[in-house]
Order: sequence, then C-alpha cells, then structure tokens
Amino acid sequence: MRVGVFICHCGNNIAGTVDVARAAEETAKLPHVVYSTHYMYTCSEPGQDEIKQAIKRENLDRVVVAACSPRMHELTFRRTVEKAGLNRYFFEMANIREHISWIGENKELNTNKAIEAVRMAVEKVIRDKPLHSTAFKINKRVLVIGAGVAGMQSALDCADGGLDVVLVEKSPAIGGMMARLDKTFPTIDCSICILGPKMVDVAQHEHISLHAYSEIEEIKGYVGNYQVKVRKKTPYVDWTKCTGCGECMEKCPTKNAYDRFNFGVAPTRAINIPFPQAIPKKATIDAQYCRQIQKGKCGVCAKVCRANAINFELPDQFVTEEVGAIIVASGYGLIDQELLPEYGGGRYPDVITGIQYERLLNASGPTSGHIQRPSDGTEPKSIVFVSCAGSRDKSIGIPYCSNFCCMYIAKQAILTKDHIPDSQSYVFYMDIRATGKGYDEFTRRAQEDYGAKYIRGRVSRIYPKGKKMIVQGADTLLGAKVEVEADLVVLATAATAAPGAAALAEKLHISYDTHGFYVESHPKLRPVETNTAGVYLAGAAQGPKDIPASVGQGSAAAAKVLALFSRDMLESDPAIARVNQNACVGCLKCVKTCPFQAIKEQELRGGEVVASVIETICAGCGVCTSTCPCGAIQLQHFTDNQLLAEVNSLCLS
Amino acid sequence: METIHLTGDTLNNFATEIRQTTGEDTSRCYQCGNCTAGCPYTEFFDYPVSQIMRMIQTGQREKALNSRAIWLCATCETCSTRCPCEIDVADVMDGLRNIAYREKRFTERDIRTFYEAFLTSLKHHGRIFELEIIARYNLKSGHLLTDADLGPKVMKQLHFLPKRIKGRDDVARIIKRFMEKK
Repeated sequence: MRVGVFICHCGNNIAGTVDVARAAEETAKLPHVVYSTHYMYTCSEPGQDEIKQAIKRENLDRVVVAACSPRMHELTFRRTVEKAGLNRYFFEMANIREHISWIGENKELNTNKAIEAVRMAVEKVIRDKPLHSTAFKINKRVLVIGAGVAGMQSALDCADGGLDVVLVEKSPAIGGMMARLDKTFPTIDCSICILGPKMVDVAQHEHISLHAYSEIEEIKGYVGNYQVKVRKKTPYVDWTKCTGCGECMEKCPTKNAYDRFNFGVAPTRAINIPFPQAIPKKATIDAQYCRQIQKGKCGVCAKVCRANAINFELPDQFVTEEVGAIIVASGYGLIDQELLPEYGGGRYPDVITGIQYERLLNASGPTSGHIQRPSDGTEPKSIVFVSCAGSRDKSIGIPYCSNFCCMYIAKQAILTKDHIPDSQSYVFYMDIRATGKGYDEFTRRAQEDYGAKYIRGRVSRIYPKGKKMIVQGADTLLGAKVEVEADLVVLATAATAAPGAAALAEKLHISYDTHGFYVESHPKLRPVETNTAGVYLAGAAQGPKDIPASVGQGSAAAAKVLALFSRDMLESDPAIARVNQNACVGCLKCVKTCPFQAIKEQELRGGEVVASVIETICAGCGVCTSTCPCGAIQLQHFTDNQLLAEVNSLCLS
Repeated sequence: METIHLTGDTLNNFATEIRQTTGEDTSRCYQCGNCTAGCPYTEFFDYPVSQIMRMIQTGQREKALNSRAIWLCATCETCSTRCPCEIDVADVMDGLRNIAYREKRFTERDIRTFYEAFLTSLKHHGRIFELEIIARYNLKSGHLLTDADLGPKVMKQLHFLPKRIKGRDDVARIIKRFMEKK
C-alpha cells in the first residue's frame, strides 16, 4: 500500500506551535508511507493540486491530511482525492489544529503528538474500504411548520419557485405574532396592512395547501422522503360549511372565555373568530369554556348557524403528507408574569405585558385602539415601560437578550404620545440595543422628539398605592434610587422558546439549546440549516428575532429548499451501519436503541430472525454498533477493526 | 469630584479580597442598579449599594471601607434577592463591615457599639438578653435615654433575667475565635 501524508501549516495556526518539517520527516518513516510533505495552506487551490499531482507522481493509493477538524475540510479533501481517481473514502484527516496546536504551547510535545495523530490516521487509512453511495429520488414537496411571518415568507418563496407547499399552523388563524402588532419599528407602518396581503397570498396560492388549527403528530423518513402525520384539531365547526359570518360569536352566552389572540386583554366568547382579518375566517369553539361541551346544556350557536356548520361531536382528524424537506418556523413564546413576583406576578391589572399593550394600541383590538387602564378603563397619563422584564436575568434562567424589546418599547413610547398627547412615558433600561438599520435614530427620536424619559437602571419593585402603581427603580447614572407614580406599567417580558418547542424538535430529530431554541448547523456559515439533512430553520424558533430578520431567514430557508430540489436524485451517505447476517443472533437490541427507527427485523429463508438496516434512514450515528453483543452490526468507515487499529497504534508507541 | 485613576492592580486587588472574604464575584455585576432600587435604607446611606459594588469593581478600597452605608445596611437581603447576576450583595456588605471592623474603621460608632453589646450578650448567655444589650448600648454610646419612652410598652415582654441555653460555651468560643482572627 502507498500512503501519502500532507501536513498543513494553516498559516501560523499549526506551524506556530508544531514543527511541521520534523513531523513530515518523521511520518515519512512510518510503514506504508511513501511520501510525506508539508505545505502552507493545504486546503488552497495549489495545496489541493499538490495532493492530486503527488497521487499521480508517487502512485499513491491512500491519502492522509494532517490539518484542521474534519468538520471543516473533510469533504474538501474527499473531493480532491476523488478527482485524482481514488475512492473518496481512501482518505483520512488527522486533526492537529483543534486537538494539538491550538491547545498546547510546548512545540516539542506538540510535534510528538502531531506525529502520533498522523500515525493513527495511517493505521486507519490502510484499513479503509472503498464505499459507494446510492442515488434515490426526491419528493419535491415542502412542509412549512408555523404560519407566522417567517413561515409565510418561506411558503410563498417556495410556492413561487414552483414547489408544492404544505403549511401547518397550530392556531386557528395564520399571521402569528406579527398579526397582533399595531405598528412596526422603525418605520411605524401598520403591521396588519403589510402582513394582510401576504396572508391573502398564502390562502389563495395554487401551490400552498394550508392546515390551520393543526399540529405535527409524527414524522418518519429522511431527506427527500418524509411522511408527516398531521393532527387537524377539531374546531367543533365544519369549516367546509362555515361562512365566517360571526353570528354564532355574537349570540354565544359564554362571555368570559380567555382570548388567546388578544393575550387576555379582554374576554371573548367560547365560539369565536380571532380577529376581523383572520385567515381562514372560520369559527372555532374553545372546548374549555363551551357550555354545551362541558355541561351538555346550551347549543345556541348550533341553533343560530344558518350554514348548519356546528358539530359538537366532530373528532380530531389525521392526514398524512409526503414531503421531501421541512422548514421549521414555529416562532417563540413569552415568559409568564408569575416569574416576576416583584412586578406583581400578574396580580395587578394595570401592570401588563408589551404584547398586551400592542392589542390596546391596535385599532382592531378589544378597545378599538383607545389606550385604557384595564382596572377602570380610564386613560393613563403616566406610563412606565420596564425593559428586560426577565431577559438577561440569570437568576430565572434567561441569561440572553430578547432582541426586539428595546425597539418595540421605543415604538410604544412614540405611539403613546401620538394617542395621548398630554401623557408622559418613562423607560427603565439597562442598555439600549438598537443595532439595526435606522434603529438607533429611532430610539433617539423617542427621547428627543416624543419626550420619553429614559432612566438607566432596573426596577426592583412595583406596588399599588391608591389608584396608582408605584415603580421603584434606580438611576445608576445619577447614583440614586428613583420612584415613579404610574397609571399603567408595561413590562417587556422576555421571549422564550415556543411552548412545545422541545417536543417538536424531538419529532424532527433536530437539536435545541438549554432554552429550547433550535440549534443551527453553524452559527455563521449555516444559519438556516440544521444538523438533520432536509430540515431548515426560519424565524424566532432559532432565537428571538425581529420582523426583518425573520423574513430574511424565511427566504433563506426557502432558497436552501429550492437548491436541494433543483436535483432529481440525492446521494445517500454510504458510511452507515451494515449487518453481518451470519454473525447476527437476532437479539434485536439494535432495533430498540436506534434513535432513527432505521433497523427492522428480517426473517431469512431458514426462518432465523436477523436485524436489517434501512439504508436511506440510517444516519450513521453508531449507537447500534456499541449495543450489539456479537459485533455483527458495524458502522462502515468506522468498524471496530479500524478504530482498534488506531487505538493500538497509540498504545504500542 | 475627584478623578479616579484606574489601573489593573487597583481594579483587581480589592475585588479579589472581597472574593476571598465572601466568596462573591463582584465582576459579574453589570450595574443595573436593582440592589439600590430595592434598598429600604438608601435614603440614609452616603453611597447607594450599587455604587459600593462599583467601588469594589474599581478598587476604591478606602472609600468603600470608610462609608457609612456598610454600617447602616440592615442585611434585609432585598438586594441579594433581586440581583439578576446572582450576587449575594448583602453578604458583600457584611464582608466589607468585617474588614472595616478589623481595621478599626468605625465610621458609625453607635452601630459598632450596638454590635459589640449584642455579641457580648451572646457570648455570656449563648443567646441574646435584651435588657443587657439595652443597658450596655445606652451606657457605652452615651445615649442614656434612647428609646426610654418605649420602656413601659416593652417591659411587659422583656425578661428580667437571662435565659441560659445548652452549648453556651460553644457560642462563646465561636465569638472569641472571630475576635482573635486578624
């Protein structure tokens, strides 16, 4: 066997603390190694050419590159050796940067360790087998989860690109958080005026099929071929008959149902259409409050409905959709005020959250756009905004910044002055984070043109005194404690992962961080990809995000799907598990441990039961190989023999 | 106001001393002011507690240890409860008071007198004996008639003789050990 070793300087990253010349000299003496050299940047074009030429010149049949992490450049070099005529799996990478040069300062020890790393790679590469991928067809339909602004953007871009889109939304109407906002920063254009037309486009697009009031029940399959079971939750109304006239909502005698759309600013009816521009404009019964469903007495809506659409017996329905890729745009949630007992924990009616204030400002909201104190309906004159209400607060487990609060508080302060000219707004802040285009100017306008008083300090406590709320805070620039008598207090409550985010991630086999936000494949270079092929991210599901960023990500995810679907066939990764059916005893432990359900039992002609790997589903994680008691199941390219040879070479030195 | 000259040593030394005394890492404080915002005694302080924290961060040892605030702090722990950075601010104030005591910086003499009267009583009886504390404090501080008007009211609840408890000697030993510590 003829192995070539290429040691990379990576500029000074490796050469600074590893004697690359000595490493090349020493590794040239290893068994099977016939050529060893070092180069400034092996990944560069001339660096790769050097590998190709050496393969021809020295007649090499195996290649080892000692450089950075395989996560960075393994694919680069696999392509290089393939172009020179070798099987792409006749290549190994020794990570002498992250594992050696970056972490040790002693040049001699580092060099010795680098030589050992190369020796291990050589022991592996001489045992590598040629592997070949197989091609399979792609189903060119895409599933978008969540119909907020990010998901709608993804759906529209995919549909405009000619793909069939399945859009699943868990609430009865699409639009997400943006549909609830009044105006948007920094341009103060009306939120529903710019979102409404997009919602109509989604509803009318020939390539988009919408499942509103639906959730993902189960996901099976792999990139190119997913089977998704969707639970269509029962609205207790036959939506094919409902005309959205709203008669039922007017006549419903239950007037104290919690209004999910308005975040409880005012009560709603048990049967309701969430807002005037709702799409689909269909009525939904909230079973928790419905007298007919809870007590079996009422049925007023069924009597008044001229379309005869009400059906209290209507069950949940399931549909299975086959798609080739999935875009997850499931949005975000907000912390419960109960986590903030020092601000009343939700006990004081005149201490509300930012999103509730949006609904008070909104012309189609419960107060028709008149700002009123929830306690007595009077117009507040002194309004205190508290930023970081839960955000950047390690003590309640939210160490991160919620990203958009600084901006929406400035916007709300401006709108407050527009609505009530003789009002005074106070904003307690720790930092003003206004990094977007035109954002800082906007927060200055709130202070300079609209007279909002910004106070740098946190608020320790809010308590009622007569009809007022006393806000106790600090002005750290002054070095003093301050108090404000407020008529209304607005808390910029922290953004969290959407409720149920973790459960959805587990169905999708994607990772999420400690706070429940989905983890992208690379924070800079692969921001909308996940580590599961065919699953992409958009919007605040990945982390708190404002509208421009969510729309940008929505389009980016759509572009990724369109690129994936530009081919008719996909190639499978051959580095997957394979069963030696002669050695398999049929215990089927692997079937139970496989996190991807990629192993099934198979009956041979003689009647013996053995395990069998479904090639397209296996992700090559290797859990099965460590479970198998007789070594019958082996992960290709990482077999026991290959890995033990590496370990032996290290132990025998 | 004076100009404070910041250098690496002054910035680190005092904070390290506080960390060794209390175990609290004051570098985590991002000066949000929530401790000051909740402090019920701020109006009596010469410096609000968030500024005391800043003094530690900026190495202003003299100013912090000579402040009245560290003596006036009632250790109600509102600051510790509210701190988003999970710093036990009240413990830091306590640590500063301990250092000030050892260095004989008694900015608030009466409070020192009270503490000593309290500890002496504790040393003698293993628990406090209110009448003794009142007597010691009033005599030593020279405020002979402090709170005398409350006398008739509290007499109903005060005991005229100290109650003795088990482990009295152990308590005395703890206090002795603290007093001898440098």
